[in-house]
Amino acid sequence: MHEALAMLPQVLIDGLTLGFVYALVALGYTMVYGVLEFINFAHSEIFMIGAFAGTEALLIMQSAGILNRLPPFVSLIIALLFGMAVAGLLAVGMERVAYRPLRGAPRLVPLISAIGVSFFLQDAVRLFEGLWRNAFYLSTPVLYRQTLTFSGLALPVKTIILVVVCLAIMFGLQAFVNRTKLGRALRAVAQDQATASIMGVNVNFIISLTFLIGGSLGGAAGVLFALQYTLIHPYVGFILGIKAFTAAVFGGIGNIAGAMVGGVLLGLIESLGSAYLGVFTHGAFGAEYKDVFAFIILILVLILKPSGLLGETVGEKA
Amino acid sequence: MILSALFSRVGGAWVKMNDKPAAVAALIAAMTVLVALIPRSVIAFLLFIGSLLAVYYSRLDNRHKLAIAIVTLGIILPGIGSLNPYYLDVAIQVGIYMALALGLNIVVGFAGLLDLGYVAFYATGAYVWGIFGSKQAANFIHGVNFPLSGDWFWLFLFLAVAAAATAGILLGLPVLRLKGDYLAIVTLGFGEIIRIVLNNLDKPINITNGPNGITPVQAPAIFGYKLDKGVHYYFLVLLILLIIITVARRLERSRIGRAWEAIREDEVAAGAMGIPVVRMKLLAFAMGASFAGIMGAVFASKQTFIDPSSFSFMESIGVLAMVILGGMGSIPGALIGATCVVLLQLQVLKALSDWFSQLRNAGILKLPTQLEIAKYEKLVFGLVLILMMIYRPTGLLPAERRKHELEHARGEDTGAAEAPTPAGTPAAPMGGGGRGLA
Repeated sequence: MHEALAMLPQVLIDGLTLGFVYALVALGYTMVYGVLEFINFAHSEIFMIGAFAGTEALLIMQSAGILNRLPPFVSLIIALLFGMAVAGLLAVGMERVAYRPLRGAPRLVPLISAIGVSFFLQDAVRLFEGLWRNAFYLSTPVLYRQTLTFSGLALPVKTIILVVVCLAIMFGLQAFVNRTKLGRALRAVAQDQATASIMGVNVNFIISLTFLIGGSLGGAAGVLFALQYTLIHPYVGFILGIKAFTAAVFGGIGNIAGAMVGGVLLGLIESLGSAYLGVFTHGAFGAEYKDVFAFIILILVLILKPSGLLGETVGEKA
Repeated sequence: MILSALFSRVGGAWVKMNDKPAAVAALIAAMTVLVALIPRSVIAFLLFIGSLLAVYYSRLDNRHKLAIAIVTLGIILPGIGSLNPYYLDVAIQVGIYMALALGLNIVVGFAGLLDLGYVAFYATGAYVWGIFGSKQAANFIHGVNFPLSGDWFWLFLFLAVAAAATAGILLGLPVLRLKGDYLAIVTLGFGEIIRIVLNNLDKPINITNGPNGITPVQAPAIFGYKLDKGVHYYFLVLLILLIIITVARRLERSRIGRAWEAIREDEVAAGAMGIPVVRMKLLAFAMGASFAGIMGAVFASKQTFIDPSSFSFMESIGVLAMVILGGMGSIPGALIGATCVVLLQLQVLKALSDWFSQLRNAGILKLPTQLEIAKYEKLVFGLVLILMMIYRPTGLLPAERRKHELEHARGEDTGAAEAPTPAGTPAAPMGGGGRGLA
């Protein structure tokens, strides 16, 4: 039992790290759901493509020989911006091609289309990387090797950067949505499209903007994920996407603060569960069940409190 | 130009002839000869399958159609299979997936509940026979001699149906209150949970043998005579499929089928009309699951090997693609969809893949070794789903009532292309304003 307690701080740090990645991806789900009431199933692939774009940027800089000459901070920003741009634009394109023609169709229709986009993108990336590098498992170059140690507790610098960037992005988004004119337009469209459009809000533009922001946040999460875990492949987004969606539902879908809370909590639960399930069941069940936690939480939240932790109860729309 | 002229000429000739049984029989015969002459040709086999479709669309009366179908499926196809056993395997696969597509069609097409974890029920059926039809069960049941002999298979077909239907009800009970897209994600999660559990249930007690899978699984037998040849499985699958088609058709036209459609169109109204909504939804889940369960048991004995990787999310989406391609709610659609998708996977993509690697080996194309077209089925499925949703959401062979619903909804959409749809459209469309953003 003493050993179990001794590893607790590390488990918490791992959980928080994972939780912030979930939170950042969850924002994309929650924004699109808030505005369109539609699960963008392909958001997990936006995340994956962000990870690939960031990694490719770093790999290209590496092979050009400039990665070692630049300070890691600059490389990080370049990778982040490139990943966000690619992912954001892709999300906008996705909405144009696969979702906009289906606006107004029964609910299952755009969802099925989104599943199609998700599958298509997984294999498209595999095809592209297969042709381009003859491999689709990529190792992301390491930018920060240092590890800070506080009384036996190892804290890699890259993890600190991940948490700081995530927090900065989330507070930036919160400020954008609540303080700016565009943010007000966004909230108006989310509340009532018809009225917003009467009031002079360009609904299509706002929806594109939603996908741009949500997509670039997913892309940023992808780049940070790649830097943290240094191995990516085209299927990296799938399970993570479902967990991030779970986080969004857990915190209250449509609620930006809720996505953050849900993501961090889910990361902690998963990390604690996979670390301690084996201890408590004497090895009968262990970390291999960690993916099950997220699904069970999803089912429980949807049944017991569908509005989530921070969401207000919304009347049935269907 | 010439090609299209040729097509229209042939098509025109076909329209004139397709009410004469002799002409239709001649077409089938010609295709049979073609396949017999060049048994390795993918195109010949596709043409043969296509001629069956031509029979379905011909204006023969049902007795002639039935006679032709019996001869083709009962004699010619197994005959082709003896020339090239691979085709028999393709036919068996098509049959299995037809059953799966029909089952998912009940859930998605009739009742309108999007189930993304459908393959879990297939896995349930497969593991029910896989565990007891192999030495696996000896790990936790003592005093019985495992594997059970193949004669037990027939009982386990029923047990597989029961187990899958129970799994369907157990899943349904907590989640059926959820609305469309939430339900989809939760069923997806359920499918993954089943797969993860199967993958890890080799301890504390070894029930599923984890990722290593279970082998060998017994073939079915009648009074000790083993039915382990391809032809046996072909007729077994055909028989089960005929039963399933009959059940699905009877259900569609029954009180239950109409109740499902009512729920799909408007749940609240259906409830108000006295339809027991929850019970009907559970029934849809159980019915759909049972089709998958029975074929799961057949699959386990045919492959003689099962492991969790055969029951991934990819499989669920494959079956969904079949239903969507054929047309949600349409029984002939599900059959055609299954045929198209399986042939695409096993024949077309494979042929393309071989062709590309020949080109690569001949040095005509410079392609990396990683590239294998046959492994890009996700890309194809993805495209199928997107394109069908945008251009033909009713599918290749639309179900009449479903067609009306989908086209009605689209009509409203075109009327409100710029401004969003008015609130309160019956099918709860995407984009009348979301939940709000806080």
